[in-house]
Amino acid sequence: MAESLRDIRRKTQAVEKTKQITRAMNMVAASKLKNAQTRMENFRPYASKVMEVLQSLASEMQSSANPLLAIREPKRVKIILMTSDKGLCGGFNTNVIKAAEEFTRSLKREEKEISLVAVGKKGRDHFRRRTTMAGHYIDVLGKFTMDLAVEIGNEVIFSFEEAEYDELYIIYNEFKNVASQKPKIVRLLPLVAEDLNEGESVFGDYIYEPSDEVLFARLIPMYIKVQIFNGLLETSAGEHGARMVAMENASSSCEEMIENLTLQFNKARQAAITAELMDIVGGTEALAKSS
Amino acid sequence: MADELMLEIVTPEEMVFGKEVEDVYIPGEEGAFGVLIGHAPMLSAVRPGELHFHRGGRELFYAVGEGYAEVTSERVTLLVETCERSDRIDADKVKRRKEEVENKLAGLAKDDSEVEKLQAELEMADIRLKVSEKG
Repeated sequence: MAESLRDIRRKTQAVEKTKQITRAMNMVAASKLKNAQTRMENFRPYASKVMEVLQSLASEMQSSANPLLAIREPKRVKIILMTSDKGLCGGFNTNVIKAAEEFTRSLKREEKEISLVAVGKKGRDHFRRRTTMAGHYIDVLGKFTMDLAVEIGNEVIFSFEEAEYDELYIIYNEFKNVASQKPKIVRLLPLVAEDLNEGESVFGDYIYEPSDEVLFARLIPMYIKVQIFNGLLETSAGEHGARMVAMENASSSCEEMIENLTLQFNKARQAAITAELMDIVGGTEALAKSS
Repeated sequence: MADELMLEIVTPEEMVFGKEVEDVYIPGEEGAFGVLIGHAPMLSAVRPGELHFHRGGRELFYAVGEGYAEVTSERVTLLVETCERSDRIDADKVKRRKEEVENKLAGLAKDDSEVEKLQAELEMADIRLKVSEKG
């Protein structure tokens, strides 16, 4: 007998406990995911409205001397990388970190200076010793509001205006559906006309208050913050989606293991009974002979 | 109802309001303005302040944060950072928070980067309190 009955039973119980935990995590992730998805849906009208207004003002771009439109030779690049704070969510962080690695490598080949703003612990831990860190926001994804996007946005906008860097990218997992997230790289600064794909100006003969230049100048930072907030929302929804799937898989693996272990246990038990029977039969035979 | 103005208030967190109203008064960047149906198309910056409108004979008050208002002849869309209805504002909570912020401000140097943010928060708290009294 390779393993004693008790050993097998102990193992089964351990796997059973693990299954309980993964099941619970799966359910928690599912409810958090629902929440995150609702928030994404609620944010959509706001985001699309901001885009619409900005697009309608895009004609202002040529004449505007806004510092956020300044195109400099991209020598120093800043990247906002969004990951989750916690693990146990399958390849969620690995994928986005890999995409970020590839991206930074190609930038380094062009001899660009890179600084990184990490949102989420996993990204920071990975890049802490590999890249210059410009800042990090840790343990914020559990419960965040637009304020977080405003804070991050103000920080990067300020340093762009001070010409501390020349280009800003944001890397995050785009939430495709519950089971799939895809790393996405978007350039945020400087803002160029193509990014806005200048829509037909629905605001043709509008009254602007204050002037259209002022409105435009105020909308650009807002656009950046909207993009950041969108990234945060997608990251949070993606994290819970990925965790849900990972925990679902873990639970079914546990079930499989339990099945195997139960089979093994039953076999071992049967073997023990057979051995005992043999003993008894041998014993009675011996007794019969001796009497 | 074609003879009423459609008012939509959208914040990053949710769509706060989306129904027909009789009129709406918006705290514009260059002064408060009222909108009735048939208003000329307009795009205006909104500053933190009090927004109010009539609906079904009742007047409703909201405290709104910074943002934008888009006005067309039959629709008003407000994009604001925050928006709370007067009777949903917890005045005691706002007061407590206000005191906290005031204390924090008192302890900071004038050129601290936090000051601006805190002052904005203070301003918003005052607006909230004012609006909550109109409940």
